[in-house]
Formats: sequence, C-alpha cells, structure tokens
Amino acid sequence: METVLKVEKLETQFKLRTGVLKAVDGISFEVEAGRVLCIVGESGSGKSVTAQSIMRLIDPPGRIVAGKIWYRNLDLLALSESAMEKLRGDRIGMIFQDPMTSLNPVFTIGEQIVETIVAHQGVKKKEARARAVELLRLVGIAEPERRLNDYPHQYSGGMRQRVLIAIAIACEPDLLIADEPTTALDVTIQAQILKLLADVQKQLQSAMILITHDLGVVSAMADEVLVMYAGRMVEYGDVATIFRHPRHPYTVGLLDSIIKLSDNRDSELRSISGLPPVPIDPPPGCAFRDRCSRAIAICGEQDPQPYNTKTGSIVLCHVIAQEETDERQVSA
Amino acid sequence: MKDPLVKVRALVKHFKLAPKALFDAPPTLRAVDGIDFDVQRGETLGLVGESGCGKSTTARLVLRLIEATSGSVMLDGVDVLGSSKKELMALRREMQIVFQDPLSSLNPRMSVGTSIAEPLRFHSIADKIERFDRARQYLEVVGLSKDYYDRLPHEFSGGQNQRVAIARALILRPKLLILDEPVSALDVSIRAQILGLLIDLQAEFGLTYIFISHDLSVVKRVCNRTAVLYLGKVVEIAESERLYREPLHPYSQALIRAIPEANPDGPRVDSLAGIEGDVPSPINLPSGCRFHSRCPHRMPICSEQEPPLKDMGDGHQVACFLH
Repeated sequence: METVLKVEKLETQFKLRTGVLKAVDGISFEVEAGRVLCIVGESGSGKSVTAQSIMRLIDPPGRIVAGKIWYRNLDLLALSESAMEKLRGDRIGMIFQDPMTSLNPVFTIGEQIVETIVAHQGVKKKEARARAVELLRLVGIAEPERRLNDYPHQYSGGMRQRVLIAIAIACEPDLLIADEPTTALDVTIQAQILKLLADVQKQLQSAMILITHDLGVVSAMADEVLVMYAGRMVEYGDVATIFRHPRHPYTVGLLDSIIKLSDNRDSELRSISGLPPVPIDPPPGCAFRDRCSRAIAICGEQDPQPYNTKTGSIVLCHVIAQEETDERQVSA
Repeated sequence: MKDPLVKVRALVKHFKLAPKALFDAPPTLRAVDGIDFDVQRGETLGLVGESGCGKSTTARLVLRLIEATSGSVMLDGVDVLGSSKKELMALRREMQIVFQDPLSSLNPRMSVGTSIAEPLRFHSIADKIERFDRARQYLEVVGLSKDYYDRLPHEFSGGQNQRVAIARALILRPKLLILDEPVSALDVSIRAQILGLLIDLQAEFGLTYIFISHDLSVVKRVCNRTAVLYLGKVVEIAESERLYREPLHPYSQALIRAIPEANPDGPRVDSLAGIEGDVPSPINLPSGCRFHSRCPHRMPICSEQEPPLKDMGDGHQVACFLH
C-alpha cells in the first residue's frame, strides 16, 4: 500500500513566559492508504498538537521547529499558505471533537456543506447542493433535502458530528484526521459515529489518523497505534501487538489502568502513581522515568531512541532496549 | 426486608420552559418522570444512562438542591422533601455530593484547606483552630499531605482537586455521598486512584453511595446494584453483575453492547451495536414505552401503554413488555 502521510521527527514548541513548552518532541510515523492510525495518550500528551501541526494550524506562540511532514511527495512544511489552504478540506479532511463549535451557528447546514464543495471543486451552487443532499444521505441523515435548510442548533450532537463527517469527506480526501470525534457523544451514538467513520474511510480507501484518549475506541478502530506521553512517542506498532505485548512501562501501566467491563468488585484497581510532567524546558532523559518502576540511571541522563523490539513494535525505552540487546548477545 | 437508608418513591421533576409564542402553553420538560428506588446502608447504587436521562437531576432532587414536582425522598426515615428549612440544614449534614469537574466546584480563590473546612464553618461546628486541624486531618484522609492546606486549586492536578472535593464532602461525616461522574473528567491512569480511594473511604466511614456515571465499566466495577435510566424513567434495576451478564431491557442490552472494549479480542467497530436514531426530546415524549421508537423488538402494545417495572426475582426489575 502507498504511504499517504509520513511524519519525521516532528517538533512543535510553544514559547511561553515560563519557558519553552515542547508540546510535540520528535514524533515519527506514517499512514498508508486504507489504514487507520490511532494516536493515543492522556491530556497534554501532544496528540492534538500533532494533528494541528500536520494541518499547519499552529498559531504563535506555537511553531513547528523541526522535522518533516510528507503528504505523498509534497513537503507540507515547505508549502505556501495558499497551497496549504487548497489541501485542507480537499485532499485532507478534518473532524474535530466539538461539533457545535466547528459549525457556524448563523449559516444553515446546507450552506456550510455547499461552501466547502464550491471552494474546492469549482462547481456551480446547484450542483454542489445536489452533492450536499447526497452526502447527508450517505452519513445517515433522514430527509436530507429538508434538513439541509436547518441550522446547527436544530441538529442533535450526533447529527452535527455526522454533518462534520459529511463536510470532511465532501471532496473525497485521501487523508482524514479525526481529533476525538466521539468524545462529546453518548456511547450508543459513539458506536454509530465510529461505524460511519470506518465505513467512509474504507469506501474512500483514505488514510485516517484518529486521535483519542479512549483505548476502547483504539481497540475497535486502529490498524496501527502510536502512544504518546508528555510530547514524546513512547511506543508505536500494530494494534494487536500493542494490546497483546505492550512493552513500554507506560503503555503497560496505561493498559492496566483501564477498567474493563469484565472487571467486578473484586478486581484489582491499578493505576500509575504520580502525574505526567508538563514538558516545559524538560531535562534530558525519559519523560516517564519519575513514574516508572523499572527506571535505571541512564533514564535520567539520555533521551531514549526508537528501538525495534522482537515483538514487532518500536519502543523508546532504555530498559527494554538494554534487555533485548543483552538477550541478543547471549544467544549470539 | 432490610431498612434502606434512602427511599425514593414516584419522584417527578418537570421543568416549565418558556412558551414559544405569547399565548402558547409553556412546554414541559419531563427530566425525571416517576422514579422509585432504595439504597441500602453501606451499598453503592449506580445510576447510568445517556445525557438527558435524568440521572443528575435525580441526584439534585434527592439532596433537595432543586425542588421536586412531586414524589417523596426519605433519608434514614426522615422526609427530605417535606422538611422545613431548618430541618433541611440538619439533613444536609447527612448527605453530600461530589461533582464531575473539581475545578469548577472549588472556589479558585479559596485555599483548599479553607474549602475543606467551609462546611464546618457553615454549620457552625467547632472553633477556628479545630476546623483548621480537622481540615488538615481530612487532607490526609484523602491521600494528600496536610501541608497542602494553603495551596490553591490551580496548583493542583484534576485528580488532586477531586480529592479535595471528596474531603470537603466527607468532613461533616455524612451517611450518604452522591458521586456525580466523579472520575469522568480525569485521565485513565488517574481514574483508578480516585475510585480506589472512594472504595476505601466507603469501608472506613461506613458510607452509602449513589454513583452516577455514563461509563458502564466504571459503574460495574464499583456498584453493588445498578439502575439504568432512559428519559426520566428507570427501565431496569438489578445487582450489577447480573445486569451486565443478562440485561433484560433492550436499551440496557444496547448500552452494554455499544461499549468498545480495550481488548485485542474485543469487538471491532463493525460488531459494535449502536442503536438506531437519537434519544427523543424529553419535551415531546413518545407515547407508551419511551424507548419504542428506537427499539429493535417493538410490538404494537409498546406505543400504546407504558410498561411498569416488573420484578423478575432477586430484586431484578425491568420495565418492558417482552418480560
């Protein structure tokens, strides 16, 4: 499969009064057509800033300071603003968390879909309107001809999220970026929207980046998973490997902390002690070391580098890297 | 039969909304529309349901933070809804609440210690020095250092602030604690810490909990019994294990099957069972069973009559004509 998006050692920083916030600090990944990459992490881990960096939606005091973002053979960071604007909403579709704030309350749903289509495809309004009806039907809105004339407040939360998906796929993008698309929704509606997202993504054979803090959503949707912690990547691999053989102590801890439906009142409650650090002028070393039960001296001295584990994932952890290197030497 | 701490009977809360036109009758939003349940001493009762099902309104009615339209709430044999202002003051010491977002439920300009001591001051309990001592003691009870007394909420993480809110709720030594989405605003790795704390405190102080959440995994983990609410009604109530093992109401079934599980062998997106359509508006409730418009098993009777809660044995009650 062809790679649609490739991110290499991306660094996005925010200059604050108190220092430099390294919101994204050396993230690398790629997404192929027809695949779903989930970026997972807790609040403040840099997931959304990663998405905004790809879209080049970082405003001062934020700045992308290093790295490369390749969309097919285009170097996105070298593109002019107007060229980037053409890509956004056309080749790259976006869906954000809060459907109320992403839609303009003073325009009808129809006007907002038509605007996107006219802007990117240069078709006549009438034609765009017909396409809008088709799109609304596709995302499961009943009586689309009539509902086109409604305003956002006349739609429920789930329906608004459907409209955002309709706008995002209006130009059949080959890259979809969805940032917590179901976090504001109830579970039964979340299931509907996830299904819809998976359907359109499969139909268009687009690459999708899905950002979420919910490991259940990851398990249901992902092909590949990137785990982030305090702006850094800690583990990257395919979904089954990450869930079956988590290697990084943070991934292990995170998976252990989930309360599962199969748990009962006697199940052990496990959590990671302490809090994630805020990466303002972070000291060298692994960001997780203070909460890590396996930390060794080097963890506080050097940044861990990506290491290809025998289980198939990429892990940034001195302990795991050392363990496996030792094993290899013994067997060799 | 045991003597429950809380008895809720035929509880109703209708909100009158502003009429659309000058001479229109004001529309009625039926937030809670006839709810019955008991909470036994020392148990945790879970209230689950989606937004607008009335779970938070129920909590506020039980505490009488808002006035009920009709029905009754008994706390330890005392009529909460019929109490005078003075009696209510005394009752409030027996029942406290912890809200979802600790940052908005704590005064940002009040030190966390003062916040924790505030209920004591409000109820004129103990002198200033003793209140200070007790607040420091309760900081430790919830797993914080007593030296944090002078810190402000913004210096704390969400989990730490939630601990402060719990300490403030506990300092009056209430019998009943209502937890309204206490961990929903917290990160996954922190949630278990707070839930563990709540479970320990329940044993230590002999507390009775009403635990409100939209997260069914969390509810199942901490609650002895669970009530499922839909549009202001209890549709099913049972011992938690049993409810999750064999949910009887089609809505409970859908709710449980819609949860994506963090498990490589769990359901992929195609096998998640969302239910068709949206929750109807609580202003124009469907006739008969409120769930019939979305129910895969609906029968003619479902749109004509409202199903009563029926006992299926062992306290498992369900409101559905299938049973």
